[in-house]
Amino acid sequence: MGPGGPPAARRFTACPVIMLPLKFLVAFLVLALLAATSLFVGVSDVSLAVIWSGDRTAMLVLMESRIPRLLALIFAGAGMAVSGTIMQMLARNRFVEPSTAGTVEWASLGMLSVLLLAPGLPVYVRMLVSTGFALAGTAIFLLVLRKIPLRSPLMVPLIGIMLGGVVDAGTTFFAYRYDMLQSLASWTTGDFSAVLRGRYELLWVSMFLTLLAYVAADRFTVIGMGEEFATNLGLNYRRVTAFGLVIISVVTACVVVTVGMVPFVGLIVPNIVSMTTGDSLRKSLPWVALCGSGLVLACDIIGRLVIEPFEIPVGTVLGAVGSAFFLYLVLRRQAGVA
Amino acid sequence: MLPEAKRKMPPLGILLVAGAVALVACALFMTLGAKGSWSFILPFRGKKLAAMLLVAFSIAVSTVLFQTITNNRILTPSIMGFDALYALIQTGFILMFGAARVSSADPRLMFLVECGAMILFSCVLYRWLFSGAARSLHQLLLVGIIFGVLFRSLSQFMQRIIDPNDFIVLQDRLFASFNTVESDLLGIAALMIAAATLVAWRVAHTFDVLALGREMAIGLGVPHRRVTTIILVVVAVLVSASTALVGPVTFFGLLVASLAYQVMPDSRHRHVLPAAVLFAMIALVGGQIVLERIFAFDTALGIVIEFVGGLFFILLLIRGAAR
Repeated sequence: MGPGGPPAARRFTACPVIMLPLKFLVAFLVLALLAATSLFVGVSDVSLAVIWSGDRTAMLVLMESRIPRLLALIFAGAGMAVSGTIMQMLARNRFVEPSTAGTVEWASLGMLSVLLLAPGLPVYVRMLVSTGFALAGTAIFLLVLRKIPLRSPLMVPLIGIMLGGVVDAGTTFFAYRYDMLQSLASWTTGDFSAVLRGRYELLWVSMFLTLLAYVAADRFTVIGMGEEFATNLGLNYRRVTAFGLVIISVVTACVVVTVGMVPFVGLIVPNIVSMTTGDSLRKSLPWVALCGSGLVLACDIIGRLVIEPFEIPVGTVLGAVGSAFFLYLVLRRQAGVA
Repeated sequence: MLPEAKRKMPPLGILLVAGAVALVACALFMTLGAKGSWSFILPFRGKKLAAMLLVAFSIAVSTVLFQTITNNRILTPSIMGFDALYALIQTGFILMFGAARVSSADPRLMFLVECGAMILFSCVLYRWLFSGAARSLHQLLLVGIIFGVLFRSLSQFMQRIIDPNDFIVLQDRLFASFNTVESDLLGIAALMIAAATLVAWRVAHTFDVLALGREMAIGLGVPHRRVTTIILVVVAVLVSASTALVGPVTFFGLLVASLAYQVMPDSRHRHVLPAAVLFAMIALVGGQIVLERIFAFDTALGIVIEFVGGLFFILLLIRGAAR
């Protein structure tokens, strides 16, 4: 074994900035601008002028494809970012999020097993089974973290990524065995190009849960301070943890079932937001949701513009952007530790 | 490590037994379930067998040497993203020169060019990673894994930018597997591997000293920087050859190297290196026989290795933590 681990977990120093409504308003305007761009970017010509002139096709494209896609992007972005934040509180680690903890891989294993065992079931059953798998997988991950002595906070994402890899290998094996590799590939990269009215409504469920998370924001903040501390403050640690797990799993499962994996949003956004806003979720969650939506929207727009008229799936864009940011986070540590 | 007293078999004996098992596995692979004319079967299976043996050799040697210069037994070239880097370079060339020109070029020439780029990039990148401020093992591991993710995402990104029609033509070349071995690369890959082995052979006397650690090695008179650079180049060549032949296999090297260290009574390279190579050959050829003949899954070997290797890696991590 090589050199010993670095010193124990070190929180990033966060300077609490009072959230000004004005700042939030500006951020909101930026998001609105992105949203408007998203509505009017695409192969078929949809613009205000065309719609104003009463073009029925443009109106149809707007209502059936562009607006659903916009809503799906916003819901998925906000949901994954908030899940990432909650997961970081539960695991007390800055480097976890649904795709570095195996949650996403478990959700797609669940989806595959529904498709294999009972292909005719409606989409919400798929979502429920997928949620069940995600829930079990994330619980296993947290349990493993509690059982083993963690020498370094970096071990947490390492174990999570590896667990995810093992589950993924299992999924690939079954997909290979039953000739489903191609459909597996379609939901392993997040792609919003197939979102149409009637095909994304599950994401309303995830948005509802994202909003619900805000109700318990203070509890998650306290959970992030550790089990003893939370229990001392009179919090039911197990119940709040279970609640958090359910939110993470349902949101992840909804996103995986409808659009595929949207990686790294839950890692990038909470880290950036906590650098400026601090760790009180009551304050930071609205920012997290807003920035999450903005990030996914921006990446989707990039993916749609780079090789017009084709599209690069948002999962691919986020994979590149997100892993670069993750590298920055991990390498940055050393400046303070060494 | 188990106490040495428990071990009765001398290292040479273990190597002989492993060699015999490897030979039997090869013979079985060539003959088992053969129907039809031998003049077809022998060259057909022979190519596959040769590719597997070459891959086994390069992965085992590159892993053990990489672990020696990084001074630990959990980092391997593929975990640190070497194969993903090679795949990225392959994709990058296609993007730069256009798919049509690349697919019409001689694959052997392309392989040499890609190999050169690989040596350059990997030396720069990993020198920087390993020589800077002291980094903890976990940090290195995580950085390596995420480098892998980054390289893979970037290649995916580039593959999407290439005209989708061109991409389909190239897909087969980019994603070789144990079943669709790139047989026109066999000769040149064998040559490169032989050259790399020769270079490694010339510095082989320093391996055991290097394993003692940087300071100790320098103290004992090994030109540490020069030798590690040479070994990094050798590792880059070996990884390029194996990735070009069968594509990336993340955990295989870790599995066989750990097995070799566990089974051999001492950790001298003259024993561990051949043991790792033989175990790799047995595992690849034997695994392919078992999967092909008994379970009738053909290309699943890579997936099985990923599954077992991932679990083993987690076990190593947790055991390291418990110590």
